[in-house]
Amino acid sequence: MSILNKRMIMIILILLAVLFPFIVPNQYYIYIMSLSFIWIIAVYGLNLVAGFTGYLSLAHAGFFAIGAYAMGILTTKAGMGFWLAFILSPIITMAIGLLIGIFALRTKEHFFAIYTLCVGYIIYLLIDKWESLTGGVRGLIGIPPIPNIGPIELSNPVNRYYFLFIMLLLSIFIIYRIVNSLVGRTFIAIRNSEDLALSLGISTTANKLLSFVLSTFFAGLAGALYAIFIRFLGPEISSTIIMFDMLTYLIVGGIGTFAGPIIGTLLIVWTSQSLQFLEDYRMFVFGPLLTLIIIFSPNGITGFFKHLTVKRKMRKVSIPIETKKEA
Amino acid sequence: MLELKNVTAKFGNYAAIRDVNLRIKEGEIVVLLGANGAGKTTTFRTISGLHSRSSGQIMFEGLEISRIPANKIVELGIAHCAEDRKLFPDMTVQENLNLGGFVHRKRKQQKKETMQKVYDLFPVLYNKRNDLAGSLSGGQQQMLAIGRALMARPKLMLLDEPSIGLAPLIVEQMFKSIQQINKEGTTVLLAEQNANAALSIANRGYVYENGKIVVEGSAEELFANEEVRKAYIGA
Repeated sequence: MSILNKRMIMIILILLAVLFPFIVPNQYYIYIMSLSFIWIIAVYGLNLVAGFTGYLSLAHAGFFAIGAYAMGILTTKAGMGFWLAFILSPIITMAIGLLIGIFALRTKEHFFAIYTLCVGYIIYLLIDKWESLTGGVRGLIGIPPIPNIGPIELSNPVNRYYFLFIMLLLSIFIIYRIVNSLVGRTFIAIRNSEDLALSLGISTTANKLLSFVLSTFFAGLAGALYAIFIRFLGPEISSTIIMFDMLTYLIVGGIGTFAGPIIGTLLIVWTSQSLQFLEDYRMFVFGPLLTLIIIFSPNGITGFFKHLTVKRKMRKVSIPIETKKEA
Repeated sequence: MLELKNVTAKFGNYAAIRDVNLRIKEGEIVVLLGANGAGKTTTFRTISGLHSRSSGQIMFEGLEISRIPANKIVELGIAHCAEDRKLFPDMTVQENLNLGGFVHRKRKQQKKETMQKVYDLFPVLYNKRNDLAGSLSGGQQQMLAIGRALMARPKLMLLDEPSIGLAPLIVEQMFKSIQQINKEGTTVLLAEQNANAALSIANRGYVYENGKIVVEGSAEELFANEEVRKAYIGA
């Protein structure tokens, strides 16, 4: 796939997203799509630490909830202005992420996954039990809607759709810049081999922490968007079910690939929608799908197509390589 | 330049190297000979800070480095080119080199010059600079691994079995390149099983057996040493 092709695909995708409310003028579908955008942002955050850096953080839903509850509590209980709270929520999430990351990153591999799984559960328990702050099981209500920006009414679902779409584009742009910067390369280096990264002079401790904190930023941002979009929060948004939903989106789309979060999230959200009549039996579809992908294409759908194009490229150049003597 | 004094390094209770004494002078090529598992790689990992020594001293340019983290040791001027030429297979040749120069990331111009030097040394890497590292042949991968280590502009380079798994013709070229690197001012510490090729370019050598140094001497002495010949040269 040439760069031109990639650019074309991107432009087409953006156009499709922009035209979506006109192609499908169905309130419910616009709602589902808007919600998907929020999940995609969260999954991008997860991809940064789990995909690119190789540290499977299972506390991601917890950080998502922290962002959401920060937004909810700041606007309802602290009476803070909407935009200030919106900026502060991801920052608060990052600060908590930093504190947790310092300890969590002392562990590796499976231990890191288990450690963060526990962290996620503790966050869930805190939200569930700390009634005076979070409203406990009854949840948090009365979160203000997105105020209008000038003449643009964001109470209108289509405008809200565009607002979330712009947030998504901004997030993807930032992630793209991170992944393709030298810092992003150090993340990939760490995923490849920490020893190797160290012997190139990369401080693995600092860079792992940076990756983890950045991932919590996107979790927090997605959480804050979720709070103002749904306007009701319950402790279940930090549950392991949400965590594994996000992980499924990422794995199906392609962990450690750039397009993975978009493809995985949209695919599963929409198949899940169209299989609604199956109710909980939908899992009979997703379970085998996930297993097949892990077995046959560990890098998900994106990885599968990437593999195909690389193979095709190899075939094209294989003749000159064989005839050329090794230098 | 580098001196190891009675260095012992352990894996659990097992001492992979025991009381190793090494001394490398500036500008030299020194070779460590020994069978698999004799302790050459552990010695390298201990010097570069990837494995912590349990006792002894490691001095580099008058500085005790055994407690310095690995990423800082690179900044001091020791580059470690590990065995099995670990590259970043999903990155291009150029990106691999770029990461090799990580410690000099703020000096862009200097980094560019160093990269040019690496390309001059291994022109084939320049031709393949936009190819994925994973698509290179064994010899090219080894060149890239060495080139990446050079990007750190090391004063001392630790090369762990650069000839492993390469065709004889390529091995010969590899050793010529190492000699070239040395001529341009980098001190080289080499671990090898290919004693013949290694001793032909080295100034001095140490022979490892079961984690201990059993013989040391100049390249000529080792070449003439009956036991070394028997064990590692096969003549």
